Amino acid sequence: MLRRTLLASAAATAMIGGAALADGHEPVKVGFVYVGPIGDGGWTYEHHQGLLAVQEEFGDAVETVFVESVPEGPDAERVMTQMALEGADLIFTTSFGYMDPTINVAAKFPDVRFEHATGYKQADNVSVYSARFYEGRAVQGHIAGQMTESNIIGYIASFPIPEVIRGINAAYIHAKEVNPDVEFKIIWAYTWFDPAKEAEAANTLIEQGADIILQHTDSTAPQAAAEAANEAGATVYTFGQASDMIEFAPAPRVSSIIDNWAPYYIERTQAVIDGTWESVSTWDGMDTGMVEIGEITDAVPADVKASAEEMIAAITAGEYHPFTGPINKQDGSVWLAEGETAADYGDDGLAGLNFYVEGLTAEVPQ
Amino acid sequence: MDFGSINPILLLASLMVAATPILLAAIGELVVERAGVLNLGVEGMMIVGSVLGFVAAIGTGNAWVGFGVAAVAGAGLALMFGILTQYLLTNQVASGLALTLFGLGLAALLGQGYLGTKAPSFPDLHIPVLGDIPVIGPIVFQHDPMVYIGLAIVAGVWWFLNKTRGGLVLRAVGENHEAAHALGYHVIRTRLLAIMFGGACAGLGGAYLSIVRVPTYAEGLTAGAGWIALAIVVFASWKPGRLLIGAYLFGGVTVLQLNLQAAGVAIPVEYLSMSPYIATILVLVIMSAGSAPGSLGKTFHASR
Repeated sequence: MLRRTLLASAAATAMIGGAALADGHEPVKVGFVYVGPIGDGGWTYEHHQGLLAVQEEFGDAVETVFVESVPEGPDAERVMTQMALEGADLIFTTSFGYMDPTINVAAKFPDVRFEHATGYKQADNVSVYSARFYEGRAVQGHIAGQMTESNIIGYIASFPIPEVIRGINAAYIHAKEVNPDVEFKIIWAYTWFDPAKEAEAANTLIEQGADIILQHTDSTAPQAAAEAANEAGATVYTFGQASDMIEFAPAPRVSSIIDNWAPYYIERTQAVIDGTWESVSTWDGMDTGMVEIGEITDAVPADVKASAEEMIAAITAGEYHPFTGPINKQDGSVWLAEGETAADYGDDGLAGLNFYVEGLTAEVPQ
Repeated sequence: MDFGSINPILLLASLMVAATPILLAAIGELVVERAGVLNLGVEGMMIVGSVLGFVAAIGTGNAWVGFGVAAVAGAGLALMFGILTQYLLTNQVASGLALTLFGLGLAALLGQGYLGTKAPSFPDLHIPVLGDIPVIGPIVFQHDPMVYIGLAIVAGVWWFLNKTRGGLVLRAVGENHEAAHALGYHVIRTRLLAIMFGGACAGLGGAYLSIVRVPTYAEGLTAGAGWIALAIVVFASWKPGRLLIGAYLFGGVTVLQLNLQAAGVAIPVEYLSMSPYIATILVLVIMSAGSAPGSLGKTFHASR
């Protein structure tokens, strides 16, 4: 895929002959580094939708390149370096594990601007951006807690990092709120994308009594596994992750969290074109539309759907924060007092969250 | 700790299913290696089988057609390897690795447009009478047909290798190809057939992943299953019976570690995940030196 893009860009360069465009500017080159294949149907798919939106918005004024399935680690550094050497002006690195590679490469290319997704290390030419996925998790927990018959909710987690732990906590708090008997079973897959393992994990959770599967991994395999289980007579519901995964609606997929990166990517590309780009830290949620909730299907009872929609409206309007006290930590000590909402940063802040809330029985892997 | 939520019956049942893809791929590779050829392209043949089988199953709506196409595709890819190594006398290790890389790329290309689609259903057999036996019934007799086909292939390979003249010839070719040639056996023809059988089995194993186990196609679906199959062949010291144990051990550990996690048992999953590989190394160390086929990996040319 990359090769084709490169050839296309080489051909384009040859045609222009290295000359400037009509308005006197070279096209701004925007690069994307993806952790999975663009066909994963989830996380990377949505980032690629963002790339397509940038192309649509700017047309010839912008040139885009991307590399998919880049492993987190040293290989990522190589890919980013190559992009920078090929003249990229702005590079989006779209996975948590690219954090240190991004910082390292950015230090070598002070004139290239980098944007790292879901991390926390900023530099003069490195912005960080993320979405408040936990707002969507709260809605999932709210629906899941009322949909479960077995009171067991299965959760396929990826890596024990704050983003994933926030999601587990948010879902658990809101499931517990509507269903005090609810229990979470958590499997750490230690991968973002491994369809066979994700399906295996979903099957295991279903065998152990879970009738709701929440996933924080990128492929649609858990949805397919749940659908197969339903065909065999079970009743299992799932939620789309990162992308709508609407092909599995109306059941098992009853709703979804959609990451909408397009507006952000367009805004940042525009900033580069205008010369106003600065290193920023962005963490948007439902209020700006970076986090969206996919259609709640008719498999969900009308009253549950109505209350979920109320919650969505309250979070979007900023009237409700999913982490509002009283909430205790897993060890029983107070995290948030009555009425207190979680801070983004600082001790016990959401950005560095590394503990479970009270009631979750498993331990956070170290 | 709460082991109570792990249902041992379901655990053992899912073990049989989890082991099937690697069992299929490994039994094919076992025959190839007994014929004296080392084909490291199992992973590549598996993933091409998984994507082509999936596409055929979607296109026709029939999972059986998918398995058929996957077996043919695996055999076809293996034939390419066979021609390279048997007629053009290329290095087997390098050709095998190339086959894996080629297969991964080809599958990614062919799979575009099928990502996220769902395989046609492939219902479990509920074998009458046997399936109703308490405990054993749900563990052994309520699976989809491919589980039993896999076991039948293992039994068939054992019978073929140990009880038939053809099996004797194949083993002779693998132990000492020059002696077999001197006796008038067709070394290259025997090996080509073995290589194609191995490819067909790998293709079936891959298709089992995409049609039954996951059941959807995604890039990188096999995620190293082919390499595990190669390890199992060594673990089994090239014997079909032990291969079955090896496949269930590897499959069992995968399922067990997920089950333990879901049950909230706090043992580090890393140790469990590495245990089958440690077992393989131990077997290699303990094993008497002579049990690998004598001509394994060596190039044969009739002129010598």
